[in-house]
Amino acid sequence: MKHRSLFARRGIDMAVTAISSLAALLGIAMLSWILGTVMLKGYSAINWEFFTELPAPPGMPGGGLANAIVGTLLITLMAVLIGVPIGLAAGVWLAEFGQQSKTAEAIRFAANLLMGTPSIIVGVFVYVVMVMTTGNFSGTAGAVSLAIIMLPVVARTAEDMLALVPSALREAALALGVPRWKATLGIIFRAARTGLLTGTLLAIARVSGETAPLLFTALNSPFWPESFNEPTANLTVTIFNYAMSPYDDWQTLAWGASLLIAASVLGTTVITRGILWYRSR
Amino acid sequence: MIQTATAMQNRTSDRPFPLSQLGKEPQALPGEIKVATRGLNFYYGDQQALFDNNLQIATNKVTAIIGPSGCGKSTHLRTYNRIFELYRGQRVTGEVLLDGQNILDSNCDVLELRRKVGMIFQKPTPFPMSVFDNVAYGLKQHYHINRSELRGRVETALRQAAIWDDVKDKLNQPGTALSGGQQQRLCIARAIAVEPEILLMDEPTSAVDPIATARIEELIDDLKQRYTIVIVTHNMQQAARISDYTAFFYQGRIIEFGATKKIFTKPDNRQTQDYITGRFG
Repeated sequence: MKHRSLFARRGIDMAVTAISSLAALLGIAMLSWILGTVMLKGYSAINWEFFTELPAPPGMPGGGLANAIVGTLLITLMAVLIGVPIGLAAGVWLAEFGQQSKTAEAIRFAANLLMGTPSIIVGVFVYVVMVMTTGNFSGTAGAVSLAIIMLPVVARTAEDMLALVPSALREAALALGVPRWKATLGIIFRAARTGLLTGTLLAIARVSGETAPLLFTALNSPFWPESFNEPTANLTVTIFNYAMSPYDDWQTLAWGASLLIAASVLGTTVITRGILWYRSR
Repeated sequence: MIQTATAMQNRTSDRPFPLSQLGKEPQALPGEIKVATRGLNFYYGDQQALFDNNLQIATNKVTAIIGPSGCGKSTHLRTYNRIFELYRGQRVTGEVLLDGQNILDSNCDVLELRRKVGMIFQKPTPFPMSVFDNVAYGLKQHYHINRSELRGRVETALRQAAIWDDVKDKLNQPGTALSGGQQQRLCIARAIAVEPEILLMDEPTSAVDPIATARIEELIDDLKQRYTIVIVTHNMQQAARISDYTAFFYQGRIIEFGATKKIFTKPDNRQTQDYITGRFG
């Protein structure tokens, strides 16, 4: 038997290490590049007016995106109010009651499909169902489309987190003569609260950058959001519109809005990690 | 004195036994009977785990269930409070008579059943809440109770479980912060707080150290003044120390049942003798 060349083996080892390190670095570099560009181009737009004033016509000095910030917060809040309870309930059903039944497997499959569905399709769907039937774009329709996108994320993470609760704890609660729903809400939720909170925050982070579904539903508006039954200003569609515009000052505002969204997604993720770290101590 | 084994069809001993003991009904125990099982069969899906179990549990006595791993000890115990119903595919046939009432009947109220039949698990299962709330939780489920009475009842339960002195200064600390042995006694306090009649203990000392085990054994001896206790144990010395009656299970069948002294000194059955002398199991 002939020895394989040690030199070639070391060479291949080094090459593989180098290629994979390079790939990892490339990923990090891309993220830094994106964040860096957004920071550089966006920071000049961030000032007091940005957070407090309505948008100004192109060419006019001043003006901000206060209406879009408020609109995005309201739409996201409403989406959370719709999507999280339904998602949690679905997760509870999957983990506690459906378990391995055929129905549960079918629902799990559907949730996975929904998670992979391009968000523009959700937007078009809500457009057909809510915007065309009512005859106008609305903040409600925007919130509903975001809630649909959150639903499977919340449901699946909730299921995973509830499944992590030891069955002995479940049995202990039931063995005291506590009804199943009370044991779930009072004991199992409490044991899984960190994970449930994480799932919710991740779902919020997931939808906070969505543009396509809002384009078809909430649309946008240059005014303060006064009612959820009319087009509602929001950051992502504003970025879309302003970035496409030929005006320099609008483009700068779009960069500023991008920075704001990137920072809040980053903030949400960091807070989530912080909670997890704190709880696991 | 009962000397009979039930499940005669499984009897493989070469020792002759009187014909009068061939019936399915075990001989009556002296004193009151709290629980009696008749023709109990248990199935995990298609797999049968218990075969025609006939057993009597004497009121205010400690009955130990012993046998090698996988012989059906815990499975048998878990029919007494119907906790097995939590899992799909697990089902039971036959009767479990509690004070003469078949608790497997669909019209038996499972919440009230589980108040009457408390359970202690192998691993301590404190709820993710304070020591006080751990004990108060079950109480509040079953009784309308005002704040000061609640306080008194919690203290009584903690005293009965011989843990009051350990926790009286940390009632507001999380139950999970206690040591393993303390957690197990907290679980006992939680179980007896709702004033059960029977305590089921599924290897209650297998996860705690020898000193904590000794304290729990003392406690069990104390508790039998007020409660009927059924304990599943792997530890034969423990069964010999603390129980009044012992049932030996093997492969889902009750091979021998009788007074503990008799079972451990002069068992009728060869298999029982082999097991308690450590020849198998």
